[in-house]
Amino acid sequence: MAEQASIASATVTGEEGVRRRDFINIAAVSVAGVGGLAALYPLISQMAPSADVLAESSTEIDISAIATGQAIKAVWRKQPVFIRNLTPEEIKKAEAVDVASLRDPQTLAERTTAGKTNWLITMGVCTHLGCVPLGAGEGEVKGEFGGYFCPCHGSSYDTAARIRKGPAPKNLEVPPHEFSSDTVVKIG
Amino acid sequence: MSFPWANEYKPTSPLMQWVDQRLPLPRFVYNAVGGGYPVPRNLNYMWNFGILAGVALMLQIVTGVVLAMHYAANDKVAFDSVEHIMRDVNWGWMLRYAHANGASMFFIVVYTHIFRGFFYSSYKAPREMIWLLGVVIFLLMMATAFMGYVLPWGQMSFWGAKVITGLFSAIPLVGTPLQEWLLGGFAPDNAALNRFFSLHFLLPFVILGVIILHVWALHIPGSSNPTGVEVKQESDTVPFHPYYTAKDGFGLGLFLILYCALVFFAPNLLGHPDNYIPANPLSTPAHIVPEWYFWPFYAILRAFTADFMFIPAKLMGVLAMFSAILVWFFLPWLDTGPVRSGHYRPLFRKFFYLLVVDVLVLGYCGGAPAAEPYVMISQIASLYYFLHFLVILPIVSSIETPQPLPFSITEAVLGKDEHAVLSPTQPAVA
Repeated sequence: MAEQASIASATVTGEEGVRRRDFINIAAVSVAGVGGLAALYPLISQMAPSADVLAESSTEIDISAIATGQAIKAVWRKQPVFIRNLTPEEIKKAEAVDVASLRDPQTLAERTTAGKTNWLITMGVCTHLGCVPLGAGEGEVKGEFGGYFCPCHGSSYDTAARIRKGPAPKNLEVPPHEFSSDTVVKIG
Repeated sequence: MSFPWANEYKPTSPLMQWVDQRLPLPRFVYNAVGGGYPVPRNLNYMWNFGILAGVALMLQIVTGVVLAMHYAANDKVAFDSVEHIMRDVNWGWMLRYAHANGASMFFIVVYTHIFRGFFYSSYKAPREMIWLLGVVIFLLMMATAFMGYVLPWGQMSFWGAKVITGLFSAIPLVGTPLQEWLLGGFAPDNAALNRFFSLHFLLPFVILGVIILHVWALHIPGSSNPTGVEVKQESDTVPFHPYYTAKDGFGLGLFLILYCALVFFAPNLLGHPDNYIPANPLSTPAHIVPEWYFWPFYAILRAFTADFMFIPAKLMGVLAMFSAILVWFFLPWLDTGPVRSGHYRPLFRKFFYLLVVDVLVLGYCGGAPAAEPYVMISQIASLYYFLHFLVILPIVSSIETPQPLPFSITEAVLGKDEHAVLSPTQPAVA
């Protein structure tokens, strides 16, 4: 009873600067605000890649039929992957480049598996805006550095698929991969 | 809100009186685009394009809603459902061609409307808000058109989606997660196609809402006019209806002739043959280009080929492309000249025509392959584009001596204005 009386008098006189109505207002708006933000979360999150898209799909590829100097396109996470069997000249050319002069400095050894330096496995997705570069298919232009050439905006990659010229900022990405045997590579 | 001499809405039929007392919607329309809206008497045909843009939007909404009754937004069947519309649906071929070419017509009309604004400095006080809302409408149109072009799920659709969402991956740190969030995957896929369809259906109605704000803001100062001199008196204006409904009707006739010529005689003139090939995530078309109305901005995007200081070329291109439109938001404050109309601004006028040529050059380069000499031309033209807005316009507007303005719109039209007086003792016409 005494407590109620003191609250009532505080309400009337505005004692301590906070009226009961102010408190209710702030509390109600805060709860509504937090609730509104919480409701926003699923609305934003639903746009992110769904579970089936995210499911780590790995793909196994038989590389026994790829002759030296040839390349194939495989698919991983619905995106193209280039698997290229480099010739000794291409390896030599890639190793001769001064790494410090590159836009995205990496050696061929860092981009391939030890002992299998001839197998260059990269995403077939230009790091500029995501086109599929040319150079993996039979008879496609390989650009002035002998690797890949993106027709969309003119990025040229060398024989280690490193960016050498054009607007792309990075080398073609090397996806996680391991050799299950001498003729099978597992990507992902 | 309107001039004091504006005609008042006086419904004669009892039914309309009954409606007017309960919901004054006919009164609202009468005051907006009827006899109740006094408009400068000297508007030329450049003032047709606002109404034409509204008509183009309505055509897009009508054809779009019926196309959505036959289209299926699923990556397995989207391409086939478009072919089904073209081959099997009654009049489907006409509706789809009307919608695809309607988008081009919408952009032709809106670009003319925007450049009308540039020439007559329609963005100047007190009409800044109309201009700002117009730029918002243009940005919404670009988003809508882009997503609509993805829906047929052909090669250009797919690779256009990949390249444009790839723009977001240029943003430092959050870029790649943002791109994956926008697409709902690592590459354009069913998730992306579905959300693009949903938004492509929604955004035209958002545009309609912003257009209502655009017209509302317009009706506060009233329409500008080719002299740029504000309305002073009743003899400067005529009622919108019948004078400008008639003039707009004539322009609409020409618009529809051009539109029908495109739809019925050259429906694929502005499209790309590659989009009749189903989307293939493993093969990029040799020459990816967006629709023609994005070419000038695409040329600016591609003009950046080398890193600038610590900013990568890719990010520079993206920033420049968006800035090319965002700079329009600052136009009312970049052009500080006191005179509006380009007719009375000799120096400004020359630079205006240079800008038109520059944007045409950019457009040509944006549609050309990414090779020399187009890259270099794009670089020079992009540089000039930004110079125009950020350097030339502020300088010209501060050093230029404009030619003398007519005292009033009436004087501009009739050569003299006997009614116009500043005060009873001081005749205006010297």
